Amino acid sequence: MKFFASLFTALDQTTKTLDKIDALVDYFEKASDQDKLWAIAILSHRRPKRTVSASLLGTWATERSNLPLWLFEESYHVVGDLAETITLVLPPSTQRSDESLTYWIEFIKGLEPFDVTEKKEKILDAWSRLEPAERFVFNKFITGGFRIGVSQQLMVKALSKHAGVKENVVAHRLMGNWSPLTNTYQDLVLSEELKDVSRPYPFYLAYALEGTVESLGDPAEWQAEWKWDGIRGQIIVRDGTLFVWSRGEELVTDKYPEYSALLTTLPNGTVLDGEILPFKNEQPLSFNMLQTRIGRKSLSPKILSEVPVAFVAYDVLEYNDIDIRNYKLRERRKILEEICDHQNPVLRISPVINFSDWAHLRDQRDHAREFFSEGVMLKRKDSVYRDGRRRGDWWKWKIDPFTVDAVMIYAMSGHGRRANLYTDYTFAVWSGDQLVPFTKAYSGLTDEEIREVDRWIRMNTIEKFGPVRNVKPQLVFEIAFEGIAKSTRHKSGIALRFPRINRWRKDKPIKEANTLQDLLAVLLSNS
Amino acid sequence: MSLLEFTPSGIYCPQADVHLDPWRPVNKALITHGHSDHASWGHGSYLCTTSAAAVIRHRLNLTGNLHSVPYNKQLYINGVEFSFHPAGHIPGSAQIRVAYQGEVWVFSGDYKLQYDGISEPFEPVKCHTFITESTFGLPVYKWKPQQEVFNDINEWWRKNQSRGKVTVLAGYALGKSQRILKNVEASIGKIMVHGAIDSITEIFRSQGLPLPETTYVTTEMKKKDFDGALVVCPPSAVGSPWLKKFEPYSLGIASGWMGLRGARRRRGADRGFVLSDHADWLELNQAVAETGAERVFVTHGYSEIFARWLREKGLDAAEVKTQYEGELSEIAESGIDESKEESKTES
Repeated sequence: MKFFASLFTALDQTTKTLDKIDALVDYFEKASDQDKLWAIAILSHRRPKRTVSASLLGTWATERSNLPLWLFEESYHVVGDLAETITLVLPPSTQRSDESLTYWIEFIKGLEPFDVTEKKEKILDAWSRLEPAERFVFNKFITGGFRIGVSQQLMVKALSKHAGVKENVVAHRLMGNWSPLTNTYQDLVLSEELKDVSRPYPFYLAYALEGTVESLGDPAEWQAEWKWDGIRGQIIVRDGTLFVWSRGEELVTDKYPEYSALLTTLPNGTVLDGEILPFKNEQPLSFNMLQTRIGRKSLSPKILSEVPVAFVAYDVLEYNDIDIRNYKLRERRKILEEICDHQNPVLRISPVINFSDWAHLRDQRDHAREFFSEGVMLKRKDSVYRDGRRRGDWWKWKIDPFTVDAVMIYAMSGHGRRANLYTDYTFAVWSGDQLVPFTKAYSGLTDEEIREVDRWIRMNTIEKFGPVRNVKPQLVFEIAFEGIAKSTRHKSGIALRFPRINRWRKDKPIKEANTLQDLLAVLLSNS
Repeated sequence: MSLLEFTPSGIYCPQADVHLDPWRPVNKALITHGHSDHASWGHGSYLCTTSAAAVIRHRLNLTGNLHSVPYNKQLYINGVEFSFHPAGHIPGSAQIRVAYQGEVWVFSGDYKLQYDGISEPFEPVKCHTFITESTFGLPVYKWKPQQEVFNDINEWWRKNQSRGKVTVLAGYALGKSQRILKNVEASIGKIMVHGAIDSITEIFRSQGLPLPETTYVTTEMKKKDFDGALVVCPPSAVGSPWLKKFEPYSLGIASGWMGLRGARRRRGADRGFVLSDHADWLELNQAVAETGAERVFVTHGYSEIFARWLREKGLDAAEVKTQYEGELSEIAESGIDESKEESKTES
């Protein structure tokens, strides 16, 4: 695993894309095919199944280092990462391991049948054979959440360079249902044959519009659609079978039984890109409704009738078994309209918004919220369907978020890059003369502001409970959010969608923060 | 009456009427070393070690009111015996031993046990009560032998050279920078320093510390003057326009905080080298054990945690609030504190 550990170290040591690609290519040159495949799997977040719980790992490391548990926990709060904490507290390794990445992954998977005592013995043995960098990646394989700072696009670039296969081809081959257990490097990356009938295409993702909409030029060159607030998905019908993929590259066919009707509606060899959207009485429902459904292990008839879903189709990527992503949007749209011209209420085409000029579109966008849309998508009519997040041909033009001024009352230290800094805050609004907590928010401040707030928190702590600090109510922040819903799980009775910090209101005293009444008024006017 | 007391001005010896590393102006101050959180402005008189004197005189612009004493030499103030002992933190740094009527206290100031090649090596001093720092008082902080760190630094410098990049390494102007100069492989290329570091390096040279030749970076210099060079600068220079002239460059930071991945990534440097002038977890424990002290006061750092750890090991240990580097805020981003100092003392 030495190669992989030094790849990780090299990637971790640089923020520069070119250096990262170099490090990856260098690794691909050195590693065996099987190791390469595992490296690709890990970089695209396909880690081996968890065979040991994270808390057991922590306990064993604590024992092995002769530390009291509380001290291990304090260390964990400071480090902000369990795998790293374990790596750092353990005594130095006593042996050396020349085994490969594949060996260690097989090792982790092989723990499955053993009982706790045997697992412990094996893990302790592994720790004694691995150097710090190896130990860290080993622990990360087990605990998960391995953020290496390599995007899918970057890995695809490096792999394309190494294998001499075009980037868009590599990107497509890496999608979907593969695993180092069932595929070889040869058939996944190099083979021309597309064996996997369920394999989706890489999603084309849009950036938020930069500057004014007028900067896009001639409105006649653009197609506008509503931006729906559901789950982006792909529906695939091949070989008489239907597959539903979510954007997170998760096969979710079973979660949406409604779509099975599409097997007869859609011709064989069709792939649609669209939105999995809660839809009832010819109306979309709020995302919050969908969320109540996503969490369920089994779908009761009740939930299916309360929150039925439709598939709102944006695009067609494959038709009659032919990949048509390089057709122009205006051509693909024609095909899509044909496909969706039927009586099946589960499949709906995403309607285009007719507009004569940008001002006209702007007026319509102002009404987006009335039917749970987040704004407008703009797509160049001549554009091909690209892969990954790209600028230029597709833009999302979202409506302005709701905002509320709130008081910070609790703070917790963050994880990863934000470890040992207080970055996770809980905010409150007034209810009478009480401050009622109503949301948490993690992002939105600059690094400099985070340091300033961190310092303030440390000097203005009233009480500590473990990693959480109760702070003096003094700082006011403007919180932006996309939606609001009733919630029985929160003390305030409301739950926000996508809350984040818009800005630090240094100018506002806490008395001028908003009230719970204000939030309930937003809730009423939007439901 | 306790031999030493913790007062709002700093650590105080009532019998002798002197303060140790006070942060508010006092009449008589005994100073462990020249870092600004230990050697502050405005005291009536100062006493430090002979090898620390020149730097403190320079930084605080002192004239007649600074006195110095060699290591291990006893001096008496109103019957109280004081002596300075090497702390291994930076050249001239000391622990202060205070003894009166058979009772012995030692105040550690800042210290480390690993020999750094420039500081007088740490000497354990037996005492009844030990006042220790705890900057890195968590078991996740364990330093590698410094030669390994310098091997990494040398390798990085060579790699930058081969890619046509200037190597910029940030470290504290007093102590850390000279440790870098002394231990880096000088034959690799030209070594250049920021003005804040140059003046202190000159003082150490005049005291007989052998340091490799360095060039002071001036505004008139052109790109080719930095070709293949290692530029050592204080942390305050990171993120400042001063760095622009070295482009293209690779930036490294040498600090104990770089031992954690989160801190490394947050700093936005290309490389973080774990190099500290403070004791790591193992050294703190070793130092406490070697004093033989039954009572320990823990100052700046993870004081609460380290004190609890010592109590569980059977010592009478307590946390003490001081103004040495504040609480954890400076630990989170210690560069801030260091940069404050640079701007205060150097132009």
